[in-house]
Amino acid sequence: MPVALFVPAGLGLAFLVLPLTGLLARAPWATLPQRLAAPGVLTALRLSLLTATGATLLCLALGVPLAWVLARVRFPGRRLVRALVTVPLVLPPVVGGVALLLVFGRRGLLGGWLDATFGVTLPFTTAGVVLAEAFVAMPFLVIAVEGALRAADSRYEEAAATLGAGRWTTFTHVTLPLVAPGVAAGAVLCWARALGEFGATITFAGNFPGRTQTMPLAVYLALETDLEAAIVLSLVLLTVSVAILAGLRDRWVTGP
Amino acid sequence: MTAAGPRRRAAGTPLLDAHLVADRGGFHLDVALRVRAGEVVALLGPNGAGKTTALRALAGLHPLAAGHLTLDGADLDRPDGRVWVPPERRPVGVVFQDYLLFPHLSARDNVAFGPRRRGADRRAARARADAWLDRVGLAGYARRRPRELSGGQAQRVALARALAVEPTLLLLDEPLAALDARTRVDTRAELHRHLGAHPGATVLVTHDPLDALVLADRLVIVEGGRVVQEGDAAAVTARPRTDYVARLVGLNLHRGQADGHQVRVGALTLTAVDRVVGEAFVAFPPAAVALHPARPDGSPRNTWPARVAGVQRHGDHLRVELDGPLPVSADVTPAAVAALRLRPGQQVWAAVKAAETRAYPAGG
Repeated sequence: MPVALFVPAGLGLAFLVLPLTGLLARAPWATLPQRLAAPGVLTALRLSLLTATGATLLCLALGVPLAWVLARVRFPGRRLVRALVTVPLVLPPVVGGVALLLVFGRRGLLGGWLDATFGVTLPFTTAGVVLAEAFVAMPFLVIAVEGALRAADSRYEEAAATLGAGRWTTFTHVTLPLVAPGVAAGAVLCWARALGEFGATITFAGNFPGRTQTMPLAVYLALETDLEAAIVLSLVLLTVSVAILAGLRDRWVTGP
Repeated sequence: MTAAGPRRRAAGTPLLDAHLVADRGGFHLDVALRVRAGEVVALLGPNGAGKTTALRALAGLHPLAAGHLTLDGADLDRPDGRVWVPPERRPVGVVFQDYLLFPHLSARDNVAFGPRRRGADRRAARARADAWLDRVGLAGYARRRPRELSGGQAQRVALARALAVEPTLLLLDEPLAALDARTRVDTRAELHRHLGAHPGATVLVTHDPLDALVLADRLVIVEGGRVVQEGDAAAVTARPRTDYVARLVGLNLHRGQADGHQVRVGALTLTAVDRVVGEAFVAFPPAAVALHPARPDGSPRNTWPARVAGVQRHGDHLRVELDGPLPVSADVTPAAVAALRLRPGQQVWAAVKAAETRAYPAGG
């Protein structure tokens, strides 16, 4: 028996699972129904689900074409672009939030122009939350979709061309369906990352209940005043994300 | 809605007129190809001969470096004139080697894909797809996904998909290579029927001589990116011009200097049934080679000492590879091998009848 592997493997599992067990053990089960019905909880949950979904849609709209360009188009500096795309993965989210403020803030590079031209203000709004979440979550989608595109047999695209399909039709009718499992997996990862986003959100969008206070922000705030409320909020977040990931995993994320 | 059928043309004018010059990673292709309407031409050659590059150039998946590609009077690729028509606008249908049926679409939607892209509405395209599936004998399989089809069925769907756009030029890349031996016989016969019914030009790429002989009206043998021989099956099989073709058709082939019926090959002089003067090929079947333990009496012509290099099973007889002044293959019966106690390294005498030795000019 390779004890040298089993012992650290067991420790690793315990390390990941124990905190969740602690959460369950300390949960105020008796008062749970009342606490769940408290007005702030549902509002924060709804906002979290809404913004995470919005961020995922934004990532899909921009990230899938970006992944396609990285996978299918040869251009100078492609490696650099690929490295740039992954920067938000290693960047501390708070730094990402500061960077977003500098660009989209009222006096930011684009923010001032957006405000003057369209009257659009992004910081400290729900749209700002979506933007912050998309910023940190997009690399997950781009990496997953680019990987799927590289693994997909590009000769199917040639077959489509010989049947009269132009590049756009080939992309929508052949390429996308072929990499659909990869896109779905990327979207799930992206959504999960967006749901848990904290640093960039609180920096760029602030912490206004009902407008920009998502579940992670509500947990953090509750922790300072009411530990049990924080535990309940954490439980809700845990349950929702595990339920959705488990539901999608069986359908999409595992291979054929 | 689809490309019009071949236009009326003067008799003898080829539908496809191509001089394919292309480079691919250090490999140079230079092949001229003319195919009449209704004609099936096989590009036959060993792996790496450039057949697939030629096919890709015809389909528009690989641009020509020089030369031209004219189909039904219209230039599709002519680097000199800066003409290049992308694959999606060429009246060309392709059956790929591993079919490349879209895995997310049913058989019907695979076949309907081409007509849809070329302007048919959904209903018309599906009706057309159903008609084609019916023609290839798969009427009951319209809803199946490619992974639910057998190899032979997938091949027929791929053929239906390529023909459903009514292409002026039909291209097939090793259409039977992915099938098991039993399915291949049936599919080959059926493919022959469909190719015969196709009014446009057909170019078939294969390394299997049987596919080429059964399916094609004319063979174009490609080796090292060049055409080494072309003609109908009878001409090519009777008079091979390269070792590759000779092996394909099962003949011993040597090149020498002829003077009448005598052809000098290296140190030997062979007597042939034909009269040739100058550079000539000599060809004879392995079955015409007889082996003797000692120099045979009576027939002094076409005999030489040889050494057995190897013996292997070949159908219901044994094939003996001989070294010596004239390396040849000989087909003998197992009984003869036993009687001669043939084993590698053994010295024997080989004899071939002049009546079965053909000679033909090597020039041109």
